[in-house]
This record gives sequence, structure tokens and C-alpha cells, in this order.
Amino acid sequence: MTPASLTRQNVEKDTATLVFSGDWLLTSDLPGLAAVLESLNAEPRAQRIAFDTASLGAWDTGLVATLVALRRDAEAAGIAVDDTGLPEGARRLLSLAFAVKEREGARRGPQHTRLLARVGEQTLKALGGGRALLTFTGDVVLSLGRFFRGKATYLRTDVVQHIQEAGAEALPIAGLITFLIGMIFAFVGVMQLEQFGVGIYTADLVAIAMVREMSPIMTAILMAGRTGASYAAQIGTMKVNEEIDALTTLGLNPIDFLVTPRVLALILMMPMLSLYGSAMGILGGMGVGLIMLDISLVQYVQQTIEAVSLNHLWGGLVKSVVFGSLVAMAGCQQGMACGGSALAVGQATTRAVVMGIVLIVMSASLLTIIYINLGI
Amino acid sequence: MTEPHITVRDLTIAFGDFVVQRDLNFTVNRGDVFIIMGGSGCGKSTLLKAMIGLKTPASGDIYYREAPFWASDEADREQVKRRFGTLFQAGALWSSMTLAENIGLALGQYTDLSQRQIREVASYKLMLVGLAGFEDYYPSEISGGMKKRAGLARAMALDPEILFFDEPSAGLDPITAKRLDDLILELRDTLDTTVVVVTHELASIFAIGNNSVFLDADTKTQLATGHPRELRDHHPDMGVRNFLSRGEAEATSA
Repeated sequence: MTPASLTRQNVEKDTATLVFSGDWLLTSDLPGLAAVLESLNAEPRAQRIAFDTASLGAWDTGLVATLVALRRDAEAAGIAVDDTGLPEGARRLLSLAFAVKEREGARRGPQHTRLLARVGEQTLKALGGGRALLTFTGDVVLSLGRFFRGKATYLRTDVVQHIQEAGAEALPIAGLITFLIGMIFAFVGVMQLEQFGVGIYTADLVAIAMVREMSPIMTAILMAGRTGASYAAQIGTMKVNEEIDALTTLGLNPIDFLVTPRVLALILMMPMLSLYGSAMGILGGMGVGLIMLDISLVQYVQQTIEAVSLNHLWGGLVKSVVFGSLVAMAGCQQGMACGGSALAVGQATTRAVVMGIVLIVMSASLLTIIYINLGI
Repeated sequence: MTEPHITVRDLTIAFGDFVVQRDLNFTVNRGDVFIIMGGSGCGKSTLLKAMIGLKTPASGDIYYREAPFWASDEADREQVKRRFGTLFQAGALWSSMTLAENIGLALGQYTDLSQRQIREVASYKLMLVGLAGFEDYYPSEISGGMKKRAGLARAMALDPEILFFDEPSAGLDPITAKRLDDLILELRDTLDTTVVVVTHELASIFAIGNNSVFLDADTKTQLATGHPRELRDHHPDMGVRNFLSRGEAEATSA
């Protein structure tokens, strides 16, 4: 392969003849235009550009792209371009590239927004998002009213399906995670409490932590990543496919049909998952406690039963109901607000998970404060 | 015969401050196959969305028979919408339901038919569009052309007075597109349905359309309304004639 080269000759006065030689392929090492352009702009200025391609070898887009850039710059500088010296194919491609005039105002460079403007935009967007969530909550509450008065249209099989997905199918992963969390709590408890000779209180620590806080929060975060994301993706894809429009044109309310069954399924399943998670956590803790402490199974169980009051249990269950509704609402709201492209579905899913987890943590803090004030 | 069925008066549709089309005025008569045409991105589909109640217009209104659509309250609008059937661009079948369930949903909602009767109606509608035997298939299991036909079967579920089509032949091979065109004409003739079609497929436009409106993306308004063949041969605007003859109007009329 002969290397590509580009040189300028002045055969006639006022005319710059550009000599292309060698192979002008995308894969070859192409010379840049900078030197030639500089010489064109230098005095005395050329009025015309001609081409000499007698020693040009193979060529492809590598050549034509260079010619296009050259011609655009030459025209901008008011220099005429005579393309008769070019190979026939290159000439036709060049005129094809310039056949359609650039649309006035269509060109735009990379867009820069000032920092302050960007902060403002983001703030407005966040406020808008908050309002959208409130409006959506209102819609869902109204829809729940219709649901319980038997006026909402939905598919019973859909509800069963959602309950299955958010409940039974989440059992293995929810069980595994809460079991391990119970073990971790027990390790920490044994290490610290043994120093004071009250290792038996590990049972209290594990049981109360799991029932009151850890199981509701961990199962909720798990469901935000699992079910909340899947709600956003399902509804978002339906939006992209115009399936939601199809519902609306038939006079079916998409909130009644798609959102309420999902929200109800999660509200119903979350406390059960939390209860199951508590049991698994206590089991995990018990394993560690029995191995590391010198106590019997009966003692540990007895201690656990005495530690957990009904208040702890109710407190945990109320939390999980709140978390469940928040996760489902975040998922469905992001799905319904999804834009019209595959990219938008991905963004909706991400936002659903982030929003779900933020809402869980915020409401968990709020509920803890309320519980403390109520003395629960 | 020429009883106005849909009348669009001074309609302007916009996204926020961005006007898509303004000052639209045209009439669709009963039994028409009415074509909404224009170049890509001129707002054809958005106009359709305004007509079927998915997009609130910025100003103006659409009258079904004599009743205003957007000026009436939501309950009335729901009543009017129930007499529509819509075929969306890619069919928009509900992916979690079988074809029979897709068609049956509206029937279960708005009629007192038993489950068995609903299934029979769904089978019959599927047979009409050439999908006999596909009742228990899910949308993901059939081809794009079949999805469109199934979408048409769903749109026809409640024997609508007006059928709306959004780009029915886009993405279909010529034979399938032709069959869909024939089907549209057949439905118009046998069921006396008014048909509104958004398309820019010339073959379809001339094969089925007997009335039309031409939307222009640059001036953002309608340039012409009337029979597509009339517009192609006699309309004063070069853009309209060019569009309807694949850019060959200049040669004949200049």
C-alpha cells in the first residue's frame, strides 16, 4: 500500500492544484488538511482550487470526507472549486453530498447551559416531579375508592398474578437476606454483650431489631429493586407501545386497570414478607446464638418470646404497609410518566428504584420519631 | 349520502408553546374513507390523537354529528368515544393478554354477554381479519402484520361507527398492506363505518381514500382538502401535487 499524501502545486497563477497520491483509505494514515488550508489562506490568495489525481491509488470515504471538508472551507473563504480533476465516482459523491442545501438554522454546536441555569432547571424539574407524585397519589386514592365500590375495571387474574409475583416468588431472596441479617446482628450482639456476661440478651437484640426495623426495611428495599423496577418497566413499555392509549380510547381508566391492582398486591404482600423475614432473621440469629453462647434452644426461644411485644409487631407491620404502598406508587408513577423511547423506559426504571428507596428511608425515619413519641 | 359525520372547526393543536398545526377546518362525511396525509413530522398522528380524545387541542373543537367533543363534559365524551375503534401504529395489543382476551375486554366492560358469548364474538372478529384459530396466542407470538390485523379486530369489537387507523400499512409488505386496504373498504361497505386513516402511502391513499386533508409541516396548517385524485391532478399548490405524485408534478404542469 502506498502511503497517502497531499501536496499543493501552483501550475497556473491564481489556481492552487492539490495533488492527491497514494491510497486514500479510511484505514490508511491520512494527512490532515491543516497545512493545505493554511497555504490557501496565505497571500497571495488562490482564486480557484483544482485537483490532480493521476497518481491516486485506491480510495474510499477517507478521500471523499476530506474533499467535503475542503470544499466547505473553500466555499466559506470564497474560493471556487473545480472538481474536473477528480475520479468520476468521487465527483458524483461530492456533488451528492452538497445536493441538498443545509437547512437554515439546523446546525448546532455542542450545547452548553450555564451552571446557574442548570441548577434552576433541575430545581424546577424536582418540584414538578414532587407535584406529579402528589397528583398521582390523588388519582390512586380515587381509584382505590372505585375499586372498593366495585366500579373499577381490572382483571382478577392480573391481581392474582401480581400477588404471586410480589409474594410467593419473592420468598427465597427475602428469606436469604433477612436470615443473613439476623446472623450478622447476632454476631455483633454476642461479641458486645458477652463482655458484660449478658450474652443471652442477643436474643432480645435480634428479635426486636428484626421485627421492628430491619425486616420491614430490608424487604422493602428488596422489593423496590425487584418489584418496583418491574412495575416501572412494564407500565413504561406499555406506554411506549401505545397500549395505555389503547386502554384510554376504550374508556378504560389506566390507573384502575394497571396501577391499583399492583399497588394493592404490594400493600397486601409486604407485611407478609416482613413477617416471614422477621421469622427468618430470628432463625438466623438463633443459629449463631446457639453455637456461640452456652445456652439451650429452649432458653433462647423463651428469651425471644419475652422480648417481642405486640407493639413491636404492630409497629413493624404498619411500617411495611407504608413501605409497600410507597414502593408500588413510585414504580407505577414512573412507569406512567415514562417518555416514548426505550431509553426512557430505562430511566423510568432507575428513577423508580431510587425514588422507592429514598421514600422508604424517609418514611422510616418519620415513623420511628412518631413511634418514639407515642411510646411504642 | 353526504351527511357530515365529523366536523373539525378552527382546530389548533400544540405542545406547550410549540404549535403543531393551526386553523384546521375540514368535514368527514358519513361512509367516507378519509385520509389525513402529509410529510413526516407534520402532526398527522397528533391530529388523530386530538380526534380520539387523547390530546386536548389548544383551541377549536371537533364536532361528532353536531355535538362538540372537547367542549362537552367528560362523561359525554366517554359516551362518544365508545363509538370509536382505533388501530394504533404497531397494533398496541395488551401484551399480557391473549388475542381473544384483548378483543373481549371491551365487550366484557360494555355488554352483558356471557364469557362464552364474548369468546364467540372474539373468534368471529378474528376470522374477519383472517386470524381464525389464533384466539389463544399472545401478541409476542405473532408477526407484525398479524398484530395489526389483531389490533383491527380489537378496534372492531364494539361495532364502532368510526374506525381510526394510524399508519395501517407502515412496515407491512405490499401484499399484506393491500389485503388490509381491501379489508378497510369491505368494512366500510358492509358495516357502513366511517373510516379515518393517517397515512402517507400513496398506493393506499388512492386505493381507499375518497376524501382527505393535506397537512403541511412548514406552514403548519392544512393546504388542501378533498378527493386525493382531484388534489393530485388539479390542486393549485405545487407541494400538494408533488406529494401525491412522488415529486413528478413539476414536469407535467410547469
